[in-house]
Amino acid sequence: MIRLASLFVLLTLPAVAQDHILIQSTTSTQNSGLYDHLLPVFEAETGIETRVVAVGTGQAIRNATNCDGDVLLVHAHAAEDAFVAAGYGLPRRDVMYNDFILIGPDVILADSPADALTLLARAQGPFLSRGDDSGTHRRETELWRAAGIDPTTSSGTWYRETGSGMGATLNITAAMDAYTLTDRATWLTFANSADLIIAYEGHADLNNQYGVIAVSPDHCPSVNATGARIFVDWITGPQGQATIAAYRMNGAPLFTPNATE
Amino acid sequence: MVESNRLTNLAHHRGAQTRPPAVRLHDIQLRRGGQPILRGLSAELGQADVSAIMGPNGAGKTQLLRLLAGLAQPDGGTVHFAWPDAPEKHRIALVFQRPVLLRRSTLGNLSHALRQYGVPRRRRLSRAMELLAFGDLTDRARTPARALSGGEQQRLALVRAMAAAPDLLLLDEPTSNLDPRSTAAIEALILRATAQGVRVILVTHDAGQARRLADDILFLHDGQVAEHSPAARFFDMPASAQAAAYLQGDLYL
Amino acid sequence: MQDFTTAFFAAFDLVLTLDPDLMQIVGLSLLVSGAAVALSCLIGFPLGAALGAGRFPGRLPLLVLVNAAMGLPPVVVGLTLYLLLSRAGPLGPLGLLYTPAAMILAQAVLVTPIVAALTAQIVADLSEEYRDLFATMGMSRTAQAATLMWDGRFALTTAVLAGAGRALAEVGAVIIVGGNIDHVTRVMTTAIALETSRGALELALGLGLILLALSLGINAALMGMRATARRLADG
Repeated sequence: MIRLASLFVLLTLPAVAQDHILIQSTTSTQNSGLYDHLLPVFEAETGIETRVVAVGTGQAIRNATNCDGDVLLVHAHAAEDAFVAAGYGLPRRDVMYNDFILIGPDVILADSPADALTLLARAQGPFLSRGDDSGTHRRETELWRAAGIDPTTSSGTWYRETGSGMGATLNITAAMDAYTLTDRATWLTFANSADLIIAYEGHADLNNQYGVIAVSPDHCPSVNATGARIFVDWITGPQGQATIAAYRMNGAPLFTPNATE
Repeated sequence: MVESNRLTNLAHHRGAQTRPPAVRLHDIQLRRGGQPILRGLSAELGQADVSAIMGPNGAGKTQLLRLLAGLAQPDGGTVHFAWPDAPEKHRIALVFQRPVLLRRSTLGNLSHALRQYGVPRRRRLSRAMELLAFGDLTDRARTPARALSGGEQQRLALVRAMAAAPDLLLLDEPTSNLDPRSTAAIEALILRATAQGVRVILVTHDAGQARRLADDILFLHDGQVAEHSPAARFFDMPASAQAAAYLQGDLYL
Repeated sequence: MQDFTTAFFAAFDLVLTLDPDLMQIVGLSLLVSGAAVALSCLIGFPLGAALGAGRFPGRLPLLVLVNAAMGLPPVVVGLTLYLLLSRAGPLGPLGLLYTPAAMILAQAVLVTPIVAALTAQIVADLSEEYRDLFATMGMSRTAQAATLMWDGRFALTTAVLAGAGRALAEVGAVIIVGGNIDHVTRVMTTAIALETSRGALELALGLGLILLALSLGINAALMGMRATARRLADG
């Protein structure tokens, strides 16, 4: 399989060498430094230049729908499935996961994320929401629903929507000494953590799955379909998966590869 | 109130050729902001070398000059120039009371004017140098025009007007802001221009200047001609009460 | 105070080591903003001259429009251009999205009203002063405009500087149409935005200091050129 892929790459090298693929991506994979570690390996092996546009998952999906990208790499499973079902993308593949964590000034003792949020609501937070339709924001909304709370009725009081990216929201959280939901990779590589600590972690409901989708050439004739397929095959293949596993911060892995054949 | 035979005599007296007046004004009406400025003014100007327009402030002198320069249109009456075709602009040049100079060198101002007047590029520099010499400004050629002294600025404005090779040169109080020495230089320049055949119409408050330069005086009062006489008679024996009062310093409006 | 000290050191470190990534980012910033300002002058100078000294129907409404457009929010410009340049948009086939060309276009949209409005003001003031002179000289509109622009050239550098300042400082438009792609469309401001979102505040501030120094350098250079030219040339 690897040999076959390498052969294929060698054969198509002249054709795609001067070409590039555009990846519409969520911010956490860029902010955590994963791409700086991963993409040079991919480029060296395939000769395909990669260009990353890192925006919120909602915007990334919207851009890909407009054919402004060859590959989509985000973390909002339901929205990704909808994207494929609408005919915009080729079949979705799992790539890797890490987990979401609640961060804040104090530890929250709770049995589940829903419990933790209930306690936070009772204590009147303050809680900062991305409020930007990103993958993290979507997960946060699901968790509030599981807790049976509609925090948006308190919007502007203890529940505040920043409408900004993860980094900007974390900066505000640090400044306000508040709570927020983030993914572990972004948190571990975030430099301005101030006095914040992990308030709650370690529950199946906080699993954060990343998926990769090649934008469909039927929907978007302008895409670099060959390059996209090579990238999807590579990142879900042994080389890509091993490279993801090798990316660590202070000895701890930031993402766990889990692609299946 | 034109006594043309007298003016013709005057022209002979001054040794000038008999020639028709540069401009005939008939029953000119001019209003500004609803106020009448010129009220039925008729006159013939520019038969001799220099005609002076005098009169108290607000009499309409400057507006009359602007009208002659084509900067204002009369609300009534006719302006008729001596030359056959309609007043071509390059036949008439106007020098303002406060010189308007481009933000360029002395030479640059002249080259610009020569270009506008259609002088071919290869002849511009030599013509500009002639004009500089004419205005005694040769050593100021490279000086920014707006850094010249007041007298030099007015001389530049005057030679720039001469760049048009005009038939008629209109001067609006050209020396009102100048010291006696600069005034003398401007007056010498005006006389040199007339020696080249240019006719001059000059607005001035300076009775001495009018006496030195002008052949005839058009005295305006309240938008009308109060008197139009040869200069010598005007100053010795003004015919109108208004001119007499004006000359005695009993200025009334 | 700690943050500022660290920021200064971060900035010095990047500059002194001639960090290749930084050099590329600075180079692209200058290229994009420089081209945008040049394009804006190409459009803004004649437009401003016409607005300042021309007499045509619709001049006043257009002047109001251009003045108002000086305050265009960059994000709105970026979004509008994104919708136009997107593959799904009317200009999609050009393939300009996420290229420096798109960023130049976006900044030109932001800068042109500034250049045009300031030019109009400068030309209108000069025109007021020169009007009677032009009339006695019987100059054509075109000749008048040329004279006004030439005589206003030193004042017009202010318009260029104001435009350059806006172009170098804005982030909202270029981050949308450029995509902040490393080594392709990353400029000073989008790099600052990225480092801020990474929580690397000192590095972000350090980059900000470099941008400020760059802006100061450009202003000083142009002002110096203007002063020298004014002294050497014909005032």
